[in-house]
Amino acid sequence: MDDDGLHARLKAYEGRPAAVAGTGRDPVNAPMIRHWCEAMGDGNPAYTGPDAIAPPTMLQAWIMGGLGGHGGRAPAYEELLAVLDEAGCTAVVATDCEQEYVRPLRPGDEVAFDTVIESVSERKTTKLGTGHFVTTRTDVRVGPELVGTHRFRILKYAPARRRAAPPERRPRPVVNRDNAGFWEGVREHRLLLQRCASCAALRFPWLPGCQSCGCPEWDTVEASGEGTVFSYVVLHHPPFPAFEPPYAVVLVELAEGVRIVSDVVGMPYDKVRIGMPVRLEFRRYDDELTLPVFREVTA
Amino acid sequence: MNAGDVLPPLEIEITRTLIVAGALASRDYQDVHHDPEAARAKGSPDVFMNILTTNGLVGRYLTDTFGPQARIHKVAIRLGAPNHPGDTMVLRGTVEEVREDDTVVVRITGDNGIGRHVTGTVTCAVPGAAREGHGIGSVTVTLREDDPR
Repeated sequence: MDDDGLHARLKAYEGRPAAVAGTGRDPVNAPMIRHWCEAMGDGNPAYTGPDAIAPPTMLQAWIMGGLGGHGGRAPAYEELLAVLDEAGCTAVVATDCEQEYVRPLRPGDEVAFDTVIESVSERKTTKLGTGHFVTTRTDVRVGPELVGTHRFRILKYAPARRRAAPPERRPRPVVNRDNAGFWEGVREHRLLLQRCASCAALRFPWLPGCQSCGCPEWDTVEASGEGTVFSYVVLHHPPFPAFEPPYAVVLVELAEGVRIVSDVVGMPYDKVRIGMPVRLEFRRYDDELTLPVFREVTA
Repeated sequence: MNAGDVLPPLEIEITRTLIVAGALASRDYQDVHHDPEAARAKGSPDVFMNILTTNGLVGRYLTDTFGPQARIHKVAIRLGAPNHPGDTMVLRGTVEEVREDDTVVVRITGDNGIGRHVTGTVTCAVPGAAREGHGIGSVTVTLREDDPR
């Protein structure tokens, strides 16, 4: 079906009912109010005690289907959602909520509701994907009395394909004859430093010759694994495959005096601090890749 | 209170717990609000806050600011950048209108680390709002103990 054909078909649902004589799954009640207030961190005393009212913004919670599903949903609404599903718009996200509270709800109130499909937009392309906005309007009543209205807009959309859809693997290290010994050490969970055979200066990263005296002969020393954060940067942009910004890239000064660029794991990027004591560990990222990383040493 | 008055901001830490507790307290069992794998399968990097929780936080912001005697009559919100775990949202408000009958209209915004999560308008009755000298500064703002400020 072309876009115009689909939109005409969708438009036909405007004005049709989405729910008829639906009823709230539970009467307005103090436990649900308390759970709501705890979740929101809302300490308003108006929501507790013998004269408690329900938080007004809780209106929609009283008409939600919950895990049991929506009892009062009308066939027209199910059909509309099915047409959108068929058109590939399988995902849904709420975008707008407009509520008017005619009178406060109180524990014991039993709500009933009717919902009408107000409008279905033409095809819109958003960051999430392309789809249609569906706007419904619900009248919430207690007995014959209108207590609130609730206009709700959702976007039914076809999810845009994310560039990083298959989880990207971390970049592979370039292993050559000058650094092969280092990677062999990593495979055995040993962090090896080079030591000059002539002047005994330690060096890292691995190099063919000594930075101090130029001597090409060397042997290795295994790092103790103790170190401190010498410096770090937090990377926000640009994103690279397999890395989710923001993240901290850390320069660790090892107890032996040389420095290594690595990660501090087990800690949010914004908690990393210069001078923080850290200890080496080895993290396996996939079948072929294990890397030395660091973790904060806590007292 | 006068049009143009700026409300003190409210910082909300977007924890995974808040997202899940808010979804369940609002009886919203959409998997994208509690299941990270399902959220990723639907094109989102992680779970995200549902609109009912945002609505509830906006309501809390207004009554925290104006006090428990304030009555909220209307809330209209539009969502933009999603609230993912680990982020912080800062709710801000500006008084747009104070009517003679103490009705106050407030424009609110909520910004997180990736952009503007919510924009909206709240209409509420604040006893004495239209009286000369009733400023926002005279109202006690109640914050949770774990709020960073």
